[in-house]
Amino acid sequence: MTPQAPSPTHPASLLRRYLFTTDHHIIGLQYLTLSTVAVLIGAALSLLMRLHLIAPNLAIPGHGPILPEDYLALVTLHGTLMLFFVLTVAPQSGIGNLILPAQIGARRMAFPHLNAASLWITALALLTLLASTFVQGGAAISGWTAYPPLSAIASAGPGQGLGMDLWLASIALFAVATGMSSINTLTTVIRLRCDGMTWDRLPLTVWSWFTAALLSLIAFSVLSAALLLLLLDRHAQTTFFIPPGDLTSGLLRPASTHGNGSPLLWLHLFWFFGHPEVYIAILPGMGLTSMLLANFSHRRPFAYRAMIATTLLIGFLGILVWGHHMFVAGLNPFAGTAFSISTMAIALPSAAKVLSWLATTWRSRPHLTTPMLWALGFVSLFVTGGITGPILAQPILDQYLHNTFFVVAHFHLIMAMAGIFGLVAAVYYYFPLVTSRLLSETLGRWHFWLTIFFAYNTFLPMHFTGLLGEPRHYAQLTGIPNSAGPFLARTMSLQRHITWSAIGLALSQLPFVWNILATLHHGPVSPHNPWQSTTLEWHPALSPFAPRFPHEDQEKIVVFRPPCEYGPHQDAFMPQWQPDPASNEKPE
Amino acid sequence: MPAIFTPSDTDRKRPHVDDGDHGSGRRPPFDDGLKRTGGGGDNDNWNDRPQGRRGPREKLERFRLGLFFALAGDLMFFVAIVSTFFVTKSSSHFDAYDHYINEWLPTAIPRILWINTAVLFLSSVTVEFARRRMFHQFDVMEEWFGLGKPTSRRALPWLAATIVLGFAFLAGQTVAWSQLDHQHVFLKTNPSSHFFYLITYTHAFHLLLGIAGLITAVTGLVVSKQIENRQILVDCAAWYWHSMGVLWLFLFILLAFFQ
Repeated sequence: MTPQAPSPTHPASLLRRYLFTTDHHIIGLQYLTLSTVAVLIGAALSLLMRLHLIAPNLAIPGHGPILPEDYLALVTLHGTLMLFFVLTVAPQSGIGNLILPAQIGARRMAFPHLNAASLWITALALLTLLASTFVQGGAAISGWTAYPPLSAIASAGPGQGLGMDLWLASIALFAVATGMSSINTLTTVIRLRCDGMTWDRLPLTVWSWFTAALLSLIAFSVLSAALLLLLLDRHAQTTFFIPPGDLTSGLLRPASTHGNGSPLLWLHLFWFFGHPEVYIAILPGMGLTSMLLANFSHRRPFAYRAMIATTLLIGFLGILVWGHHMFVAGLNPFAGTAFSISTMAIALPSAAKVLSWLATTWRSRPHLTTPMLWALGFVSLFVTGGITGPILAQPILDQYLHNTFFVVAHFHLIMAMAGIFGLVAAVYYYFPLVTSRLLSETLGRWHFWLTIFFAYNTFLPMHFTGLLGEPRHYAQLTGIPNSAGPFLARTMSLQRHITWSAIGLALSQLPFVWNILATLHHGPVSPHNPWQSTTLEWHPALSPFAPRFPHEDQEKIVVFRPPCEYGPHQDAFMPQWQPDPASNEKPE
Repeated sequence: MPAIFTPSDTDRKRPHVDDGDHGSGRRPPFDDGLKRTGGGGDNDNWNDRPQGRRGPREKLERFRLGLFFALAGDLMFFVAIVSTFFVTKSSSHFDAYDHYINEWLPTAIPRILWINTAVLFLSSVTVEFARRRMFHQFDVMEEWFGLGKPTSRRALPWLAATIVLGFAFLAGQTVAWSQLDHQHVFLKTNPSSHFFYLITYTHAFHLLLGIAGLITAVTGLVVSKQIENRQILVDCAAWYWHSMGVLWLFLFILLAFFQ
């Protein structure tokens, strides 16, 4: 049958097409929108914290000066928004929905309705979290880690009443949504790969999403259990986490409450979730970096199979290391040694990844396009942030460093900044795929160099203030009594440097915003597959927002080769869907 | 049927269970994937099928896999609770007089839990009957030939029995809770009672979800015209139900013998 004048198939209404849809491309963009809201608020909150540290008496218009409890609420909201709603949602659910099905040659996710449901639950979770700032007492103040007894007792501080309950509700919803979306991802990767897409032909991005989804499933289930126990402690007078005779805010727990409760138990449960969570945040960036470096170096990623293995190994080791967050919490020293060893073992697959990235690009005369720059920035930040990992993995060093800004510097470089660099690389790389327009390279370069300059200027000095003894979660560094005072006063010049760099970091995003807004409607139209990519998301029949013709959906997607095969010439590249010349497969 | 098959280099290494099913890739799955009924004729295009639809078995396996991942997550939820159980049980603290105190007092298990366990075991048997009825080759083929809905007719009573047994189990659990209530053992009484109630409540909640799944399956049996969808509904509800049964067995042994 030859289709005559095929017409694009449109769903009924605009609302159904762009809002309440089960199309994974739109859902991916909706996730990215959620993350954009979260990252804007989260970044604004961090700037408020930085300003407060250098100017404690500065009054915020409409609010007044930032009180210590406000500062702790800022810490809590910043951490929760960034960890959950930016670094978990954007790479895994946002970019994942947009790209993953196409990369395995599928036209849909395994469970489209489940996908939409998890998006809306995530949105509800974000609303709940933001709503917690407007209730009596304000938002929770116990940090994104919510350690009891601070988080378990409503009278422990402002925001620990309804604010904390809403925080718990929000994270519980988020855990459910993430569980659902990881079930979807795992089933999609296992069941919906197209013909010829064997496991070792999967792009490394897919391997990363797959591993991260496995981790999500394990970690968020444990978190749900912990949240349930904490909720019972707060409202059903149980004592899972509250020790007997606990004295909080000058109030002794009534003698009638008995129990073997211990905050350490929460720490175990929380960090069993919390450490895999940071790998959930960073693994997609690692996968994308591998693929981008390979693509712009016109080489296959060095040691492809080993890279698959290290991805899985990082995921596996990632669930065995939670104790390294608890070295100073009263953990048995023998347990500390075990966790120290498993933690340092992660350095092996991580170093293998870095070596592969370097070997892939080494003397390859890479095309230094904007996405490539961001991928290289990812490598740089991953090394700089990662190098302090083995230092913090040693209990004896961690004794001193754990509660200082050294740790803040460590995780902001390796997780926050590297994660964001991975995301921005994805935006530059996939922008032509989604909008058929190319972002400006000049603005992109400015954006990159300004961002990496200010990122290092913001987070590197935190190592030094940490080594000088600056504690985490302290709302104010001036006017501290006793010998700590002069110590912390010495950090003030560095503090000012950090704050101004942070403001610079925020302003450096303006070229990015301008670039996107200007390109969206007036940018140069991109050729198809402008980066000469070999992976399936650039297959003409799989491009996300091209008008769909009925007969197009019938085109069979077949994969003939592993990703990243390039010829000897500059422009020779062999996409995965291109058959061998000698193949007996009929061309479609 | 083409005379010669030309294997492309992307063919599967192992033959698929539905290869050559002579149903155009649309024959519903039944319990014996090796025996072939009928055959030949037109439309043997399994190897040349349209993309995106690989037959009903693909759909069944997709939903099963999704369910198993969901159950794996659920398993981790209970693993977390059970490890908390053991940690709390062996935790102690010093009181004001330097006495080392472990507050754990084992909660006596109401006898009715034994009966409840038996009921739940029985319900697993009935739901398995229902599940197998959905894949009975003779019935499936009969429906495939357009002769009514024999699978649904045969599976329905077993599903109904499972729902009744499920409610019986929940009623039994309620009796157990009220018995403990009379002995003034509440959720907040003691670390061990925390866990008794936590575990029985969360399991009961999961069982309620299971009953909701079974009711959905029954509704599907009546309403749905697609045999594949009905198979999926019953199959997934049954596997979920089995998992909750096995889970209860472990949790019950934990509560009965490891306090």
